[in-house]
Amino acid sequence: MTKNLRATNSKFIDQTSRISFKFDGKKLYGFKGDTLASALLANDIHLVGRSFKYHRPRGIMACGSEEPNAIVQVGNDASMTEPNTRATEIELYEGLEASSQNCWPSVNFDVGAVNNFFSPLIPAAFYYKTFMWPANFWKLYEYFIRKSAGLGKSPTEPDKDIYDHRYLHCDVLVVGGGISGIIAAKIAAKNNLNTVLIDDKNILGGTTLYQENECFKINNSYSNEWLKKEIETLKSLENLTIKTRTSLAAYHSYNYLLARENLTDHLDINEKKDKIRQRLWKIRAKKVIIATGAMERPLVFNNNDRPGIMLSSSIKKYIDYYGVKCGQRISLFTNNDTAYETAISLNNSGVIVNSVVDIRDKTNSLIVKQAEKLGIKIHWKSSVVNTNGYKKINSIEVMKLSDDGTTVIEKKIKEECDCLGISGGWTPRVHLFTQSGGKLKFRDEDNVFLPDKSGLDQISIGSCNGDFELDQVIKNSVSSTNKFLKVNNNDYENLEIITSKEIDKKNIWLLPSDKPLGKTKPFLDFQNDSTANDIKLALREGFKSIEHVKRYTTTGMATDQGKLSNMHSLGIIAETAGVKMGELGTTTFRPPYTPLTFGAIVGRNVGEFFDITRRTPIHDWHVENKAEFENVGQWKRAWYYPIDNENMHEAVQRESKAARDSAGILDASTLGKIDIQGSDASEFLNRVYTNAWSKLEIGKCRYGLMLNEDGMVYDDGVTTRLSENHYLMTTTTGGAANVLSKLEDYLQTEWPELDVYLTSVTDHYGTISVCGPNSKKILSKVIPDLDLSDKEFPHMSFKNALIDNIKCRVMRISFTGEHSYEINIQSSYAKSVWEKCYQAGKEFNITPYGTETMHLLRAEKGFIIAGQDTDGTMTPVDLQMDWIISKKKYDFIGKRSLYRSDTIREDRKQLVGLLTDDPKEVLEEGAQIVAETNNQPIKMLGHVTSSYFSPNLNKSIALAIVKNGKKMKGQKLFVPMENKTINVTITDTVFLDKENKRLNA
Amino acid sequence: MFLINCPYCGERDQSEFSAGGEAHIVRPKQPTELSDDQWAEFLFMRKNIKGVQFERWNHAHGCRKWFNMVRDTSNDKIHAVYKMGEKPPTK
Ligand SMILES: [Zn+2]
Repeated sequence: MTKNLRATNSKFIDQTSRISFKFDGKKLYGFKGDTLASALLANDIHLVGRSFKYHRPRGIMACGSEEPNAIVQVGNDASMTEPNTRATEIELYEGLEASSQNCWPSVNFDVGAVNNFFSPLIPAAFYYKTFMWPANFWKLYEYFIRKSAGLGKSPTEPDKDIYDHRYLHCDVLVVGGGISGIIAAKIAAKNNLNTVLIDDKNILGGTTLYQENECFKINNSYSNEWLKKEIETLKSLENLTIKTRTSLAAYHSYNYLLARENLTDHLDINEKKDKIRQRLWKIRAKKVIIATGAMERPLVFNNNDRPGIMLSSSIKKYIDYYGVKCGQRISLFTNNDTAYETAISLNNSGVIVNSVVDIRDKTNSLIVKQAEKLGIKIHWKSSVVNTNGYKKINSIEVMKLSDDGTTVIEKKIKEECDCLGISGGWTPRVHLFTQSGGKLKFRDEDNVFLPDKSGLDQISIGSCNGDFELDQVIKNSVSSTNKFLKVNNNDYENLEIITSKEIDKKNIWLLPSDKPLGKTKPFLDFQNDSTANDIKLALREGFKSIEHVKRYTTTGMATDQGKLSNMHSLGIIAETAGVKMGELGTTTFRPPYTPLTFGAIVGRNVGEFFDITRRTPIHDWHVENKAEFENVGQWKRAWYYPIDNENMHEAVQRESKAARDSAGILDASTLGKIDIQGSDASEFLNRVYTNAWSKLEIGKCRYGLMLNEDGMVYDDGVTTRLSENHYLMTTTTGGAANVLSKLEDYLQTEWPELDVYLTSVTDHYGTISVCGPNSKKILSKVIPDLDLSDKEFPHMSFKNALIDNIKCRVMRISFTGEHSYEINIQSSYAKSVWEKCYQAGKEFNITPYGTETMHLLRAEKGFIIAGQDTDGTMTPVDLQMDWIISKKKYDFIGKRSLYRSDTIREDRKQLVGLLTDDPKEVLEEGAQIVAETNNQPIKMLGHVTSSYFSPNLNKSIALAIVKNGKKMKGQKLFVPMENKTINVTITDTVFLDKENKRLNA
Repeated sequence: MFLINCPYCGERDQSEFSAGGEAHIVRPKQPTELSDDQWAEFLFMRKNIKGVQFERWNHAHGCRKWFNMVRDTSNDKIHAVYKMGEKPPTK
């Protein structure tokens, strides 16, 4: 059944090197140099998928990145399979396995095809309108829609491939290696500019590479031969880097561009191994030359979507470049001259060209005359009104166009064919230009949007700038490049160029049929399956903006971003609404130009490199002692240390009890530490904390609360006065970086007159906290020389000390309410000092505890955690911490906001304690608190911020923020849960040791 | 992605910087003298201009210095950068 459609030798295909591959499970053969699409076509396979909505059979249509139909799944490995790849861009390699993706259960028998028969019922926005209601039904619809929509399969396991990122800086970046790009790159490099030329194909040359036609000659050679020599010279230039298989994905401001280079996708499976698959280049170019060419537009007519209907220029590339006949009897349908190039190429390769159907009255350009000379039949002033054939086109129906082009007249001619090439003119690829912020202008004579104004150092040259004829392309590319680079290259002067010139132009966006519009299927967006009728419906329903019509009909919203459909949508809207296309504007093209793999986007930043992991200097000890870890920002913190088979709750209960009964030890190294020095250090602290600092004695510590300018609590911590002009500030673990930058901000911008210097020393010191009634005994063993008496070393004071001759700072401060010490020592010694403390504490059953126990112990004492019990809406007054606001200080950050009308409201949400009626019942953090449970909707009063079972009090305790909570002490409230309601009572926030006796125990 | 000319370090990629909102909003010297409305004007009110805007930027992953920038928000063109305390360019 399979025919061999390979023509005679192509220069670009190595017919000695046969490659086997699989498509939809079937083993097939192609050659080195093929794409998956060209190999399939050579095997007479056009049908590769089903359309999204109606599940109509769809075939390969194009030969590059604009392909809307041949979207395939590559590979079937759970970690390597890749959906949504274009068969026209996949280079064939030994072992390639691909399958159609937009069909279920198979491309030849498709359940969704029933939609096609119901299609009058599935107009634009059908999915929006129908499946949105009733909301519950979505679950039912979703299964079927997702299954039959065919959006491809995601890999289910991690990607094994390696991806990479690299930076690239250059004087000139040329995007596009066609004839214009080659000329520009040569001029740039020859003028000593560091130049990079990129192209998404595996070979330079663009379409001129295979343009071997009498009508296009340069200096008496075919244009392809002339270009070949140019490429050879180019490759010998020193300042030039050429990157093929590299696709420009995004063009951002300041000439910052992203390009994806494919390194191994074309290699045989066994050669891919252990190599970098794709590299994302982050390019900063001084100047950018866009030479991305143009793409052919389809024509919009009834049933224009059957397999076998292809872009005319693609048919030309398949025969001239790949040596593949897209059919054996091919018809062409056009509104411009380029289809005749295809006709001539086909004719030269021995393919029967039935006829060219041309909507124009008649034209006499060089190329048309050549086609006529070869005996190719032309239907002037005619249109294809219908096509036939279900899984492959088998005939077209042609009628004459009326003078005004709105109707068809005379007798219908039926012409048998197995392929139809269509050409609706050319659209400059302005995507990158608009991505970069450039504004477009419209050229009426051939309906194209062209680059106009740009704020960046860039130009567009060649057909992406609207030059479509060979002599124009060369002349303008040379002069624009010379002017842009301010150089004077004369390599291209006096070229003798022969080119066919298009004389007559005509365009009809929606071609008429002998059937009324409602009975026809003129497709616009092949991938998203929207027709001209959908656009008209949207306009009837009142949509006016192109952006709205696009979203309503989903035209141009598929993975190809409407590369082929945009111009027709605009044209039809303009025609229907009676406005000029240029005034309508166009939709925005967004990066990436073609889809990027996630692998290329993340590069090496996967797994353990996904984010920075910060470990304390004592980390290894925690690992050795089987700690479970929790992530706190980028830090790994010991969470709890289970013994035997303890679960978290059991471990935390044991640790919490031990810390209060005898001794506990905590790694507090992650606390932010900022070294503050300068003659104005005290004044600075006065301004950033709510309380007063000037009178803090040297050697003393003080707890401080830092607000935002809006009066809300921002961070807290203990700061120690080390000497007259030297302080050590601690911050919360998570807040460290932000606090430092906030303080720097004030110092640099508001108070530059202050003599203060800030240095982050978080990583420089390890911090070991020893707490509990036996902490003093343990410390006296570790630092025997230090006088630990309450008189010499009272709570909230600090001493310099030596441990094994290593200097350290010991603070007597407490976050647990127990008698406790914090040893700060140079990081490299922290682990050994920790071990020393641990050894010394063994006789007292010193128990290492993690963050969970730390949280529990501080909650027993009612100490807040900024960020857990506060959320950026809590003032110190709300937290019942009025005592920390200095009445004497004239100003500090946030002071004025503490008496704004809103912050002095008495019924603000305030921090309170909560006790459950059932002491065994532990509340869920985040649970809502209400006063009554009957009326609905129930008014929420607040929520639980911290909740634990306290082993030291043998009951459940919680902190919460409750509206007007301060005044509600003793009041009963409710915490409604999914299947029960928990009764609670508002209490004081301090649950244990209200008199602070334990601090000096 | 801007290329920002830090007044202290020279041209660097935007990823090294963080933006800090509108520039030249001076913290009142005597906040206690201000009415709620006057304080709110300082605290909350910011311009959101389509066009030339004066902004604060911080070379966060570089010299950590704050500086000012004149940027056209409609096309991201940076017209000038200048150090804190320096007078903004007039034209
Ligand atoms: Zn800098």
